[in-house]
Amino acid sequence: MAVYKRHYRPYGGELTSNWTRFAIIPRYALQDIFKSRIFTGFMLACFIPFLVAGTLIYFINNPIARGLIGLQGESPFNVDNNFFFNVMKFQGSLAFLLTAWVGPGLVSPDLNNGALPLYLCRPFSRVEYVLGKMSVLFFLLSLIMWVPDLTLFGLQAELAGHGWFGSNLHIAKAIFLGSLLWILVLSLLSLALSAWVKWKLAASGLMFAVFFVLAGFGEAFNGVMRTYWGHTLNLVFLVNEVWADLFDVPVLVRTSRRMMENPVFQSVPTGVAWMVLLGVCAICLLLLNRRLRAREVVR
Amino acid sequence: MRAVIELDHLQVDLGRRTILKSLTGSLNGRAIGLLGPNGAGKSTLINALLGFHAPTSGTARIFGRDIRTDIQSLRRMIGYMPENDSFIADMSGVRFVRYMAELSGLPPEAALERAHEAFFYVGLGEARYRKVGGYSLGMKQLAKLAQAIAHGPKLLFLDEPTNGLDPPARARMLQLIREIRDAEEMHIVLSSHLLRDVEECCDEVIILKDGQIAGISNLEEERRTNRKFLELETAGETRAFAEAFEKLGCDCAVFNNGKMRIILPDGIEIRELYAIAADQNVQIRRMNYRKDSLEDIFLKAMEPVGGQSNGRI
Repeated sequence: MAVYKRHYRPYGGELTSNWTRFAIIPRYALQDIFKSRIFTGFMLACFIPFLVAGTLIYFINNPIARGLIGLQGESPFNVDNNFFFNVMKFQGSLAFLLTAWVGPGLVSPDLNNGALPLYLCRPFSRVEYVLGKMSVLFFLLSLIMWVPDLTLFGLQAELAGHGWFGSNLHIAKAIFLGSLLWILVLSLLSLALSAWVKWKLAASGLMFAVFFVLAGFGEAFNGVMRTYWGHTLNLVFLVNEVWADLFDVPVLVRTSRRMMENPVFQSVPTGVAWMVLLGVCAICLLLLNRRLRAREVVR
Repeated sequence: MRAVIELDHLQVDLGRRTILKSLTGSLNGRAIGLLGPNGAGKSTLINALLGFHAPTSGTARIFGRDIRTDIQSLRRMIGYMPENDSFIADMSGVRFVRYMAELSGLPPEAALERAHEAFFYVGLGEARYRKVGGYSLGMKQLAKLAQAIAHGPKLLFLDEPTNGLDPPARARMLQLIREIRDAEEMHIVLSSHLLRDVEECCDEVIILKDGQIAGISNLEEERRTNRKFLELETAGETRAFAEAFEKLGCDCAVFNNGKMRIILPDGIEIRELYAIAADQNVQIRRMNYRKDSLEDIFLKAMEPVGGQSNGRI
């Protein structure tokens, strides 16, 4: 029917399947996000560590290439668990910045404009809504974390040969698990904060506050109480601790005996770090459950 | 005929307050008006039917499907236009409606086609590429209507659709609702506290008061069967005057200040009325033909009565 004919026509065509419907949200959200040239530029910049690390892996494994640029002898460092741990730490910081940029814009506009009843009056549940919004962050953060890191791992395995892949499989596991944990924490936290603050800029600011102000409180607590439990308020420290455990590297490099004896320079048990991070995720889910409703009930 | 909406002792508590108190009734109209003063529970009833508020006890059925167990499948058949601002500000109108149609299950191409159609249908065709956030209030209401009908629902919930509209925009909205009703492709539930809106668009009405059903009335039937009655203002002895009419077979009601309502059966002429008035020495000072309006039905339902009516007026 021509669109200019003003006549209501019922729809009798086919419908999409239920399980594919949550993918509509990320499709629309990603189209909107990539409309911004600045964001697209930032996203491209996030691949710089990957390119640098890839170049390093190539030179480390190729003495001829090293010779061509004037580097003689043995490689100054190895591509091992420490190498991947440091690459991941750098990409983790970029993932945080990306989440602070994108995350709050996913939920807060819907709440500000009262759009939730429009989503939820359709055959579309709150779980699908949260999954849809989370999948936007999961896709973007995966692109800058575990996807390039596993590609680097594959490149190293290919270039190193001689059973390197088999003997270092735990690195791949650490990359994937560590990235998933960080992506989960970042996405849930940004969605929960934006659901409660509603204002996009304030939600971004609150995200920085949760990571840095809380960490500052924790360190102050450690300093005053001569303990290390203040680290539990420092989410970055905790995730580094979990990553260090997964990659089997020391989380804190203590250079003196005085530092070793100082409780402030002790790390919390890895199990506690896992529990706190998963606890943060659970709290975020509770907050989202309270907030993401078609109708608010004033009690 | 299967009922559009059946309320089966539906009770909804929000916090510690009981908002809907064991509602029971059956609604069959093509366009059902949901009337009641502010705070009567109209929006809560719509929210419960949409599955936003879980019933505390009892249930409701839409087209025979239980809202407790079949809400996902029911939502495929429902379009909803909320009372408050509900949109995605950063999207163009047509993209917003397409997005909503896709969420309702339409494939992307069909959703785009339907979004364009819906925008032309509601009369916003020329503004469909503008951002929804920049629309006027009337345009936002029309955009909300477009998103509610784009996926071709079987039942359309309209929550205060004329809120905040100027007279021409209100007339346009009511015209659209009547067109949708007359197309007979979907049923409509229109919630409003404006009697005229409901009277103009609906053929059945449910009146809520303090979370209870104050009355259900089939307006179409009322319009068909409602006999015209005479409203008189008289001076003199009205009791004997009324008795004389009743002897003629007229239904007669006497009010204060000499006001009377008389339903004339077939065959009784007005001049007989004058003759009786002359015999009884009663002066007729004013005489009007009237019909029961929705306002009368509403006011009757709002009268304080003992207990819950839950019945048809």
